[in-house]
Amino acid sequence: MKFLCLACDEQMQFRERQEPGDGTFAASFTCPSCGHEVAMLANPAETQLVGALGVKIGGRELDEQPMEFVRRNVVGRDDAFAETAPAAGATGRRPAWSAAAEERLARVPGFVRGMVKKIYGEYAVERGIAEITPEVMDRARTELGLEGM
Amino acid sequence: MSFRTYFDVPGADRSGLGDQVAAQRERVARRLASVARVVAVVSGKGGVGKSYVSAAVAAAAARHDAAVGVVDADLKSPTVARMLGAAGPLAVMDDGVVPASGAEGVRVVSSDFLLDDGRPLAWREPEGDRFVWRGALEAAALREFLGDVAWGRLDLLLVDLPPGADGVSDLAALVPQLSGALAVTLPSDESGRSVARTMHALRDAGIPLLGVVENMSGYHCDACRADRPLFAGHAGDTLADAFRVPLLARIPFDGSAQPAAPADTWRSIAAVLLEGGRGKGP
Repeated sequence: MKFLCLACDEQMQFRERQEPGDGTFAASFTCPSCGHEVAMLANPAETQLVGALGVKIGGRELDEQPMEFVRRNVVGRDDAFAETAPAAGATGRRPAWSAAAEERLARVPGFVRGMVKKIYGEYAVERGIAEITPEVMDRARTELGLEGM
Repeated sequence: MSFRTYFDVPGADRSGLGDQVAAQRERVARRLASVARVVAVVSGKGGVGKSYVSAAVAAAAARHDAAVGVVDADLKSPTVARMLGAAGPLAVMDDGVVPASGAEGVRVVSSDFLLDDGRPLAWREPEGDRFVWRGALEAAALREFLGDVAWGRLDLLLVDLPPGADGVSDLAALVPQLSGALAVTLPSDESGRSVARTMHALRDAGIPLLGVVENMSGYHCDACRADRPLFAGHAGDTLADAFRVPLLARIPFDGSAQPAAPADTWRSIAAVLLEGGRGKGP
């Protein structure tokens, strides 16, 4: 998919995406020459059609996690997957979770909780963050584009 | 106003969808690089014992020192995992999901591990109009069953497909190097006609047909001490002749739920799937 600025005859650049609710997917584009902006709003059917392929418009911020699609989309057992403990050598690098962050994590649906915890953990390790707090989670969501996590 | 074509406009595609789909295919290919042979097990209609045959052949191959995996691709009606005694939960490692271990160490992944007992397969999204993209959802799940599982080195990976020809094209697209397919039928003409459609789909997709197994071929009557038919027809022979493939076995019906054929029978079928050669007929 390409967006063309007719006035400048130039391809517009992807700027931002959001999922504002109701299954709508929104993406904005800017013309690099004149700065003209447009937004594309996809209806829930179009959004889901892309989601059914296991891909994300605009590309992925994070590597695809093992069985990410199945874990997100199949309705079933909360305990179908078990996150394995990190290797012994990695224990010293694991960030701590504050009580408030743990409480917030507990509200994440069980079928993706382990995966979400891993993503926040990796975010903290990569940035040398010793403790994951709700503020760290907010920052990660913004930086990684983790809407709904 | 006249527009240029998509490819006339210079610059990368900002959606990244094409690249992501290509990456998904590469992920499957990388994962299956350590698998010597990938073989589909197919039928035409449900209830012919396809999963039973898959489980018995997988266990027989593993019993003879082959490293074997089974993908239960019959997402809506998964049965092969329980036949092999495999159960979840599935452990998630950085490099993939660890398959469950079943009889004889057969590695298994199945939607049975994901679903609550007795509940049907259901998708979290979307509401309404699910029929539009159900096929895409199921194909994506199959892709992850193949590509996101830490199979390790395998001599044989059996893919127990759902009845009918629908799964054939999905599997062929995901696994271009598919080694072949084993067809399972009942003796009845109706079953034979149904399996023939699937075998045509396999042939159209360029997938080698490795042979036919005729299940529930008859039963032993203790009263009259004779082998008697359960169904009218000889679909195994008919399909073998029509498609010029070997009839690898006729499996009698045995209500005891024990393997209803001698161990040698399962071993000889497994040998064909492992080696890709033509098996000896029953």
